[in-house]
Amino acid sequence: MRFSRLLWGAVFLFGVLYFALPLIGTFEFSLGHPTGAAGVPPSLRYYENVLNSPQFWGSLGYSFVIGLITIVVSIALIVPTAFWVRLKVPRARPLVEFITLLPFVIPPIVLVFGLLRTFNKPPLPLTNTNQGSDILLIAAYTILSFPYMYRAVDTGLRSIDVQSLAEASQSLGAGWVRTFWQVILPNLRVALLSGAFLTLAIVVGEYTIASFLARPAFGPYLSLLGGNKAYEPAAVALISFGLTWIAMLLIARIGRGSRTRVAVTGAR
Amino acid sequence: MGFLELTGIQKRFPGGVVAVEDFNLDAARGEFVSFLGPSGCGKTTTLRMIAGFEKPTAGTIVVDGTDITHRAPNQRNVGMVFQSYALFPNMTVADNIAFGLKVRKKPKAEIARRVEELIGLMHLEGRADRFPYQMSGGQQQRVALARALAFEPEVLLLDEPLSALDAKIRIVLRKEIRTIQRQLGITTVYVTHDQEEALSLSDRIVVMSEGRIEQIGTPSEIYNFPATSFVASFVGTLNLMPAGVVDPASGRVVVAGQEIRTARAIGDAKAGDRITMALRPEGITLGEGDPSANRLRGTIDDINFLGSIVRLRMGVARSDGTVNEISLDTFNEPHLSLPAIGSTVTVSFPPEACFVLAGSVGVPVPAGEEVGAEV
Repeated sequence: MRFSRLLWGAVFLFGVLYFALPLIGTFEFSLGHPTGAAGVPPSLRYYENVLNSPQFWGSLGYSFVIGLITIVVSIALIVPTAFWVRLKVPRARPLVEFITLLPFVIPPIVLVFGLLRTFNKPPLPLTNTNQGSDILLIAAYTILSFPYMYRAVDTGLRSIDVQSLAEASQSLGAGWVRTFWQVILPNLRVALLSGAFLTLAIVVGEYTIASFLARPAFGPYLSLLGGNKAYEPAAVALISFGLTWIAMLLIARIGRGSRTRVAVTGAR
Repeated sequence: MGFLELTGIQKRFPGGVVAVEDFNLDAARGEFVSFLGPSGCGKTTTLRMIAGFEKPTAGTIVVDGTDITHRAPNQRNVGMVFQSYALFPNMTVADNIAFGLKVRKKPKAEIARRVEELIGLMHLEGRADRFPYQMSGGQQQRVALARALAFEPEVLLLDEPLSALDAKIRIVLRKEIRTIQRQLGITTVYVTHDQEEALSLSDRIVVMSEGRIEQIGTPSEIYNFPATSFVASFVGTLNLMPAGVVDPASGRVVVAGQEIRTARAIGDAKAGDRITMALRPEGITLGEGDPSANRLRGTIDDINFLGSIVRLRMGVARSDGTVNEISLDTFNEPHLSLPAIGSTVTVSFPPEACFVLAGSVGVPVPAGEEVGAEV
């Protein structure tokens, strides 16, 4: 018993160190010269540099806006599809799953080259304008979000008895739109949030597509910063880490307030 | 003409599986009809066709003179209670009950009044603001019933609504469903595989097997005069005895060499024909009985205590060496005197307790066979 507790304590400590040491190292590096180095005391000035940089806020803001639009488009595509597949064409599920997994198989570089070759000439020369390139970027990010959004929504749909809820709603006089909007969608809140934050995380950190489409996103900014500065990239990495944690806590907080914990069982 | 009419209903699923065949039913306004049968007999499919969730391959469904066969579920004004409750998890009790009324764009004041009325009717006072997950199964099913009744549907459908609840709550809710149904006078179709539920609730029962109607009748008719051997075996416990007809006009037959009489003439049979006699265990008593009673002698093979009743199994020896097993029930009393296992006893039963299974004339049943599920 005592040995077992000691063993578990050691495993836990190893886990903590495994995750914490790189962060501590990055943090120490982000403060400047190694602690105690002569002449340059450690400080938060690189954080200040980053936070005072208009490029940082501009690229982060741009990526957040693109991310939010991507989330809306992704939800608009995935949720009705997953709902319909689950309710009406369950046999199509493997095919839909396969399609949503394609972004894992097709590298972003292939995707962006495909987009560039298709949309840099008539009839749809989207790359000729910034707005056109933004549309291409959102389209590409929507595709990248498919595996995460579909899985999150599908898991959410599994946790509720979609068929019974939809039938109950219809028997009460509601049509498909009301059923979807007032009965199904509110019960997918946590699933949608999970999918949304995963999508946001991917979009904010994405480099290849944004770079090839020449958009001022956060990924290319990070890359540029890493090529020109020594300590700021470490500070930016930790700021991004902090933002991710805030997002995770937000999911946990909203998820705790969820009212969708009803277990629904049934036979037919 | 009935209020709910199902005429020639057939449901054939892709692949050729026939779930329901030639289903005909006329239910009067305010009648409580149960569909009773084993799993896969087509009772839920029929209910879902009335609700509009399944389209019949053939036949028509008419409610109050209007053909609703091809109407969408949300255009039918039919309330449904699901086995799984199917309450909307994101809505409170009050919102769940109000949903159908909001869909129909009723005035707010009317919705509030109706919700309050139903909360009172279902004994859900003080729970209007709770969410489904904060309530017990019984309470959730009350909410589901209130929700289905709120918009005053023409027909109420209940799909095994009590099967997920424990025995005591089931009995309480069963009574409440019947009381409310009578109070509101709503035509109700209730699907169950529980014969006790069907017998205690219904004005009429439709017994189904393999997609077809076996018998439609009052609970008393179904139990006491089963039309087919399936009904006889599915509802209650039944002793089946191969018998030889002595005089069909006077209902005299021979069972294991012992002559007994039925109360009715045996139609379609002639002297010497083989038939199957049926007898409920509770119709048989230990002892000689009164002079007009039928009697059988046999050996006690087993005694089972089933709580309020005691079931004895008696073997009646046949001339060919086989034994016809017969079950009989007696009330369990503290001073009950029971015969010992292996002892020879005489049991008696009135002629009215015996009946001949329809279609059994000339179809002998293997000796010793007893069919039926225990109630």
